[in-house]
Amino acid sequence: MRTQTTDKPVISLGATAGPVQRRLSMPMRYAMNALLVLAFLLVGNLLVDGGVITRYQTTVLEQVGIYIIMAVSLNVATGYLGQLPLGHAGFMSVGGYACAIFLMRLEPVFGVGARDFVTGSPAALALLVLALLFGGAVAAVCGIIIGVPALRLKGDYLAIITLGFAEIIRVVMQNVDAVLGFELTGGAKGLTGIPSYTNFVNTFAVVAVSLFVIHALMKSRHGRAILAIRDNEVAAEASGVNVTYYKTLAFVASAFFAGVGGGLYAGCVGVMAPAKFGFMKSIEILVMVVLGGMGSMIGSVLSATVLTILPEALRAFSDYRMVAYAVVLILVMIFRPQGLLGSYDFSLSRWVENALNGRLPWKDAPVAADPGDHDAKEANVHA
Amino acid sequence: MTHSLSRRDLFKFGGLAAAGLGGASLLAGCGGTSASSSDKTIKIGVLGPFSGSVAQYGIACRNGAELYFANNPSIGDYAVELDEQDEKGDATEALNAYNKMVEDGVIGIIGDVTSTPSIAVAQASVADNLPCVTPSATAAEVISFGPNTFRACVTDPFQGKVMADFAQSQGWKSVGTIYNNGDDYSTGVNGAFVEEAGKKGISVPQQSAYQDGDVDFNSQLTTIISAGVDAIFCPNYYQDDGKIITQARQQGFSGPIFGVDGWSNIASGQYASAADLQNCYYCCSFVATNEDAGVQEFVKAYKEKFNEDPTNFCALGYDAANVLAQGIKGALDAGGDPAKDDFKQAVIDQIAKGKVQGVTGAISYDGTGDPVKSTLVISFDADGTEKVFTTIDA
Amino acid sequence: MTVLTQVLNGLQLGSIYALVALGYTMVYGIILLLNFAHGDIIMAGAYISWIVMAQLGLGPVLAIVLSVAGCTLLGVLIDKVAYAPLREAPRLSILITAIGVSYFLENGAQLVFGADAKVVPSYVDVGNVQIGAAQLSTVALITVVVTVVSTAVLTFLVQRTKLGKAMRAVSEDMGAARLMGINVNSTISFTFAMGSALAGIGAVLYSMAYTQASPTMGIMLGTKAFVAAVLGGIGSIPGAVIGGLLVGFAEVFVSAIGLSTWKDAVVFMLLIIVLVVRPTGILGRTMSEKV
Repeated sequence: MRTQTTDKPVISLGATAGPVQRRLSMPMRYAMNALLVLAFLLVGNLLVDGGVITRYQTTVLEQVGIYIIMAVSLNVATGYLGQLPLGHAGFMSVGGYACAIFLMRLEPVFGVGARDFVTGSPAALALLVLALLFGGAVAAVCGIIIGVPALRLKGDYLAIITLGFAEIIRVVMQNVDAVLGFELTGGAKGLTGIPSYTNFVNTFAVVAVSLFVIHALMKSRHGRAILAIRDNEVAAEASGVNVTYYKTLAFVASAFFAGVGGGLYAGCVGVMAPAKFGFMKSIEILVMVVLGGMGSMIGSVLSATVLTILPEALRAFSDYRMVAYAVVLILVMIFRPQGLLGSYDFSLSRWVENALNGRLPWKDAPVAADPGDHDAKEANVHA
Repeated sequence: MTHSLSRRDLFKFGGLAAAGLGGASLLAGCGGTSASSSDKTIKIGVLGPFSGSVAQYGIACRNGAELYFANNPSIGDYAVELDEQDEKGDATEALNAYNKMVEDGVIGIIGDVTSTPSIAVAQASVADNLPCVTPSATAAEVISFGPNTFRACVTDPFQGKVMADFAQSQGWKSVGTIYNNGDDYSTGVNGAFVEEAGKKGISVPQQSAYQDGDVDFNSQLTTIISAGVDAIFCPNYYQDDGKIITQARQQGFSGPIFGVDGWSNIASGQYASAADLQNCYYCCSFVATNEDAGVQEFVKAYKEKFNEDPTNFCALGYDAANVLAQGIKGALDAGGDPAKDDFKQAVIDQIAKGKVQGVTGAISYDGTGDPVKSTLVISFDADGTEKVFTTIDA
Repeated sequence: MTVLTQVLNGLQLGSIYALVALGYTMVYGIILLLNFAHGDIIMAGAYISWIVMAQLGLGPVLAIVLSVAGCTLLGVLIDKVAYAPLREAPRLSILITAIGVSYFLENGAQLVFGADAKVVPSYVDVGNVQIGAAQLSTVALITVVVTVVSTAVLTFLVQRTKLGKAMRAVSEDMGAARLMGINVNSTISFTFAMGSALAGIGAVLYSMAYTQASPTMGIMLGTKAFVAAVLGGIGSIPGAVIGGLLVGFAEVFVSAIGLSTWKDAVVFMLLIIVLVVRPTGILGRTMSEKV
């Protein structure tokens, strides 16, 4: 497992030691970040409604949001826990199916029609939130089922066993109707007629909440235990960390958010077909995590954004895209195995504090004091 | 390097970047063909997988559509401009490509090609009421979401039924089936065949499924053959069916093996040897050796343009283009204006009541998006050449 | 006579899995690398056969020789280019690199040859063998015989030659082997060469039985063979053979009782169960973790 020698720690204290430091209070930090999320959603919504961002671009942006959730959630298991699950698309598939089936079956109960998701009635919103949570929960249960045996094994075995499990999920989705005797998943032809409940605002609201929850989890006591396991499992166990519990926790959290992402995906595309969530999809998500930096939330967000928009922009080069992915994966591993951003995460509050204390990035002194900020491009979801 | 942005800023940048790039590619898309933009042009979308693992079908359909519009470069007074978008065989990409076409202002779409992306597009296009003619999406559901989606091919259930009729006419009493359980096309045709066979008193002692990517069918074939069947039905694509036929013959089964239009490359691509293909049959709406004059003209033109023999998908792409073009022509003749929103409905109405003489047979619609058309049953000569065994009228 | 035919089906399938699993086991045994690209080396071998026979119109003997040689070369090349720079890197990095190599080969092949499957002409014109009432496919018999011979040769190489001894030493303790004067790098290259040569033989047998080469054919084959290697106990040559046959027979049995759609699920369930009950596989050695 990787040890952190030269990189900054993933979770840093925010400000560096100095003579007199002006600190932001926690409520202030929360307020600042919450305000920015709201502003982003509001402006985004205005642009979408006003037609400045077209329908095509909105759909692509929704997919950006979905892949941000997928990449950040995989990062929990890969970057923070230091394992390599190869079945992330399987959790996405389970979550998507569960969410869509739940929503479609309960539409009459809530008195919601397909139009209500567009207009956004309260009942539709409540149903959507419940359905997404249900999708996440079902994926999390699958995470437990596979995690408990898989996490007893190391590295390669875990990789292959999760790969196998994703295949099992695919087979089950294809054949479960024949066993049950009624139509649940639609078998090979897939689940069709899913109402298009995913839109710009709810996608990015879910993205913001997911990032916040994952960030808060990783900053907590539990998060430190997970990081300790990654850095040295034996030492962590010797220090009294319940390794099995925290491994499973990280794995299940990863699966849960993958399920939520899958739920949004189902609403975005309107069709769920089992064959689309194979090994290839898992690798695509893995490339996002590896490229951005294992253990860097901002890295995952950035690379998920770029890798989702880029293929759309470069449709003409679609033939070469997959080959390019593969080459990038190999080159990154050989020349910068920690990913482009390493385990670096930027904090907006830290940046504001630095500014308040007169240490601006374009001045030399703070750069020398805190070299990591030199590459700062991004803010974190909260302080 | 010196600025820090919040993530929200980044999203906005992402949006702007997407807007910028989208605009740029839109311009690029127009740049090539619309030299005389002041003249009257209409845009028609061609949507399909032109790269990725099902690219062969998408490219074939695109070639067919391109050939049609190369022969007929304008409809009425309007020059036709094709807006071709690749969806790589993926439903998400298909949706994005569809939205992009709508943004580009197409008045009709030829596509999508394979079933799952076609369903995604069919669902999304209902709200726009945009006429879509899919060359080859055979899943029954594709046309069920709204009146705006049509297809040029026959459906899975129809093919299953046709082959059950054929089996009865050949006097086969007992038929085993082997189908790809991971493919909606195979499961759809198989289900329809078994149901129809039951009605006709043909027994199906063994239905064997296999999975996507399987290459070894020996075990299933052993079970089927040992059940003592007269014939084996394999409603899959030619790559798999080639292996199934080869392995069945290796196991010593010399009885008839038959399938549906997924077979249509099986002989020309030598997926099974000519010797193994003896006593094999499949149904299809097009075969290059068909002696029909219209077909031969199409085959000749196709060979000149693309330097290869057209497949069933090429012909269906040609016919889908034909169906859509005739619909647009009808709407124009009735005084419609392509710039207006009600033009789409006019095109849909014209397609629904029109009758088109295509290279895959005469195509008309009777109230749904499913065509009424005849079907050919193909068999193989001693050297593997395909020949029309019989024609089944609609 | 159905049972006899089914047994032969299982033997044929299992033999191919076993050959591929041997390659996995050898590479894993020596540098603890799960070589994801192994299945794709077989894909490359099948395409070489296709090029030699269908495109260049040359004979089957040349096709077999070039396929095996090409696979061997490709295996060594992959090691030198992608894996050797990462010898000291964390395991996770090497594993991701291996996935990258596999992804590269698959998509590269799709770019060069197209997505459609290519038909590999038959190497030999074979009929069937009649034993009693049962018709046995000659291809299946050839597959089984070639596998047995290959395994015997491999066992001899590993157990009785100097290079084999060096391989075993490196796999036991790389540092100590280096101190004893063993050239670790060339030993690793030799291991890759042998594993890939077996993959080349596997490619020939595969395209003889299934007559087609497609860009993605290595994925499932590779995964199943890895399952076989793990089942048998990774690092063990007889284990790989046992694992391969086990997976082959499991698939044929599940198909024969009419549950073929659950075949893959059954194979992976088998893997999960074996790993949970006996994490080192059937014949695997327990390795204690060094702190």
